Formats: sequence, structure tokens, C-alpha cells
Amino acid sequence: MLMQTNRHTENSRDGLSGPVWFSLILLVSWLVLPLIPLAIWSVSRSWYFPDIIPSAFSLRAWNYVFSNTSDVLPALGVTTLIALCATLLSVIIGLPAGRALGLYQFRGKALVELLILAPTIVPGIAVALGLHVVFLSLGLAGSYLGVLIVHLIPTLPYMVLVMAGVFANYNPDTEAQARSLGASAIQTFFYVTLPAILPGLLIGSLFTFLVSWSQYILTLLIGGGRVVTLPLLLFNFASAGRNDITGAISMIYILPGVVLLLLGARHLTGRSRAVESLRQI
Amino acid sequence: MLERWKIPLLLSPALLLIAGLFLGGLFLGLIGSLGYMPLLGREELNLDAYRNILFSTGFYQSFLLTFYISLMSTIIASALAIGAALILRRHFIGRSVINFLFQLNLTVPHLVGAVGILYLFSQSGFFARLAFEFRLISGPSDFPAMIYDPLAIGIILQYVWKEVPFIGMILLANMQTFGHDYEAVSRTLGANRWQSFRFVLLPLLSPGLLAAALIVFAFTFGAYEIPALLGQSYPAALPVLAYQSFTDVDLNARPEALAMAMIIALLSAVMIFGYARLARRYMRS
Repeated sequence: MLMQTNRHTENSRDGLSGPVWFSLILLVSWLVLPLIPLAIWSVSRSWYFPDIIPSAFSLRAWNYVFSNTSDVLPALGVTTLIALCATLLSVIIGLPAGRALGLYQFRGKALVELLILAPTIVPGIAVALGLHVVFLSLGLAGSYLGVLIVHLIPTLPYMVLVMAGVFANYNPDTEAQARSLGASAIQTFFYVTLPAILPGLLIGSLFTFLVSWSQYILTLLIGGGRVVTLPLLLFNFASAGRNDITGAISMIYILPGVVLLLLGARHLTGRSRAVESLRQI
Repeated sequence: MLERWKIPLLLSPALLLIAGLFLGGLFLGLIGSLGYMPLLGREELNLDAYRNILFSTGFYQSFLLTFYISLMSTIIASALAIGAALILRRHFIGRSVINFLFQLNLTVPHLVGAVGILYLFSQSGFFARLAFEFRLISGPSDFPAMIYDPLAIGIILQYVWKEVPFIGMILLANMQTFGHDYEAVSRTLGANRWQSFRFVLLPLLSPGLLAAALIVFAFTFGAYEIPALLGQSYPAALPVLAYQSFTDVDLNARPEALAMAMIIALLSAVMIFGYARLARRYMRS
């Protein structure tokens, strides 16, 4: 019996066997592999079949991306601005709701949770096709405001779920103590509540930013081609076969996500809620 | 008195917005699919759009294709994710580096992955060039079609690529909460490694795994940009067909587009129902 237990501990503590290492390396390479041709294309001048590596390198694509005549920089600005506004609105509207869900038990809570969970699972196209007519008659279709509003469908529920998780581990008693010592409601929020929830709020906001940053079909449908964000531009260049520019845009487009992962990787590990919500990116 | 109104006050801005946009969008889609188009002067409700699509072979082909893509992607991604999680929970040298690389594409948007798959697997892509280099093929057209192909291999490869880390991370988080104790007990009771996995760990993991699989299935069933970039034009995946009908110059196609959107919504509603039931059972245990 003792021997069995020892063998088990050996398995979990010591290194991996050869075949296991091999399959692990294979899997991880496969996960990284699709990003590599994009990076290489962005600095290629000519890369025709059957060349394994490009026959000539150049920074042509990058020069184009950063030139005044390209659509990339305006699209980058639009994407960033919409994502920032969607995040800010989601914080303002979602934080109180997250607090209610994280701190209190009340009748109908399961239903409320279901309503907030549903938009994170129902595909955007199913909702946006119906909204289109109303946005059209309100003059919101094809406008930045319309795209911003429709981005709230995935971002707001995400923020509420994240903040509900943060508030579930939060003790509101300190607020009562601050109030009894004479702090106003606003002072209590800024000096007691905010510092306590700040780490979760920041990580949640960064991921909310990324949720808006990744939207494609909502922007396409409601923006009607007039609101051009990075993914729309990326799709167009990819279907037009401009691989070098597609590669360069891809590198810019994945940058916030990679930076965020470097910053927040340890916050992700071991938190299934946080990972589950990532589904929207 | 104030206490009583506190929770509704905290909740109402978010709930109003989500209900207005999300439920509103679904409701408008539903009445639109029933032929209600006041802008065109049509105010009567009928089932014509549903009748039209249910009697067209194009819709069935698209539905079956999409169902097949979602099912294959979910099953393959789940199987690989279980394997990956079983390895990644162990302690080994270089684990943190491998862990980082494993999570890398969690924050990479789907579209970027789709373009990457395109450049790897198209008939003039990286693998075709590799095959040519090793004299396996004599030209791009000899390379098996994996992009714009009837079997949608490129699309499935993209979904698997993106979802393995997602499901894998959820499984890893679950495994951390269970710890090794249950398996260790089963091993001391004489179970071999396979039995301990099959009869102890897998049943423990299955609610989390199923929940993750349901989310993945619903997502892959309604995603537009990946099949739009990597898929064949006929039959197209259902979201692509819905978008094409919606933007058709013939406005009569709009109710049909909305009917397809409702079918996508219905399928994801089934997934949410399953997910909510699993989540509740999972909370209790």
C-alpha cells in the first residue's frame, strides 16, 4: 500500500516521461504555430510557393500601416476608443449590479443571474440582427454611438459577473465602520470600498476592454461598414490576399491581449469563472 | 425602507440595459422573423419565413454543416483539453513557460487564429510548401483542400486551436479544487491509473467539462467570422447564411435571416439551460 502511494507521489512530483514531453511540446507548438506565419508575413517582401522562408524581407507592410494614407491608424484609434468607452460604461453600470449579486441573497437571484449569463452565451448575430431595424430608425446604425451601445451586450454582463466574483470575497463591515466614524457615502466609497476591490476591478476592466476589442459581427452589422475597427480591416485585407499587411495588422491586434496575459496570467490560473468569461474574446 | 430598495437600485441600471438590448434584440428578431416589418408596411404575423427555410435544402445543408462543425470541434477540443490538463497539473521543469504558452491564445481574437490557419493550411500555405519540399506533392493543387472545403477541416482546426486552452484552463482550475486525495485513495484501494482516471477523476470533472463544452458548442454554432473566412460558399455555415440573407438586396429574405437567427438563439438557449443546471449541481456539491 505504501509503495503504491509512493509511486503516485513520484508520478506527480518528478519530471515527465519522454512520450508525454513529446505530446506536450507538440500540443503547445500547435497552439503557438498559427501566429508564426502572421509574424513572418508582416516583414516579408515576397514569399511565394514553394519557398519555406520568404525570398526577400522588407518593412513595407509596417511602413504602410504607420503611413498617413493607411486606414490602420484611424481604425486602431476607433477600436481603442470604443473599447475604452464600453469598459468605462460597463464599470459604472456593472459595478453596482456586481455588488448586489456578490453580497446579497434575494428572491429571484437565480433568474437575474440567468439573464446576465445569457448574453455571454447567445451568439451576437442572433441578437444584433433583430436590433438592426431599431438602430436604423433611431439613426444609430452606422454610427460610433450605435456600435458602442451594441458592444455593451457582451461587455456589461462580463463586468457584472467579474464584479460579483470580487464582491463575493469582500467584507462590507468596514464600510459601516467608516460611516460610523463620520465618513460620507462618497468618502467611504473612495477610501474604503474602492481600494479593496481595485485589483479585481482593474483585471476585470482590462478583460472587458479586450471583449470589446475582439468584437467582429456586432460591429459589422450595426456599424454597417461605416465604423471600421481593426478586425474589420483585418478581415478585408485577409480576403483581399494582402498577406503582408494582414500580418502587420494581426501583430498590432494581438498586442493588448498578450500584454494583458503577461500582466494577469497568475490571476487567471485557478479561477474558472475568469476563464469561462474569456469565451467572448 | 432604504435597505429594501437597495438591491433593486443596485441592479436596475444593468438589468434594464441588458434586458433592453439583449431581450429586446431577441424579441425584435422574433417578430421580424414572423414577418412584422412596419417600415415596409407589413404588420401581420405569419410563419412564412420558417416555412420557406424549412422547405429549402440550402438551409438543411447549412444547419447540418454547422452542427457537424460544432460537434467535431467540441469533442476534439474537449479530448485534447483533458489530456493537456492531466499533464499540466503535474510538477515538472519548465512548467511555468509551458503554462504561459498554453494560455497564450486565450486572449488572441478568433479572427487572428483563422488567418493563421489560412496561412498554414491553404494549398499554397506553409504545410503545402513543406510537403512540396519533401516531394510529397508536385504542386499546390495536390495538397488536400482544408480551406473552403466541404469537410470544413480548416474551421474545425481553428476552433480546436482556440478552445483547447479554454477548456483546459477550466479543467485545471477544477482539478486544483479537488486535489489529489480522491485519486490517491482509489490507487491505494488497488485501482490502476486508468481506473483511477476513469472512475474517480473523470466523474469529478464531468460537470465542469460539460459546462465548458456547452459554451464552446453554443459559440461555435453562432460564430460568423471564422466560417466566413475559412468556409466554402455553398453550403455556408448557418451564421454566414443568415448574414447573407440579411444583407440580400431582396428585402423578403430578411424574415428568413431573422428566422435563422432565432434558430441559433434557440439552440444556445438549450445550451444555457443545460449550463445553468450543471452550474447549480456543481455549486451544491
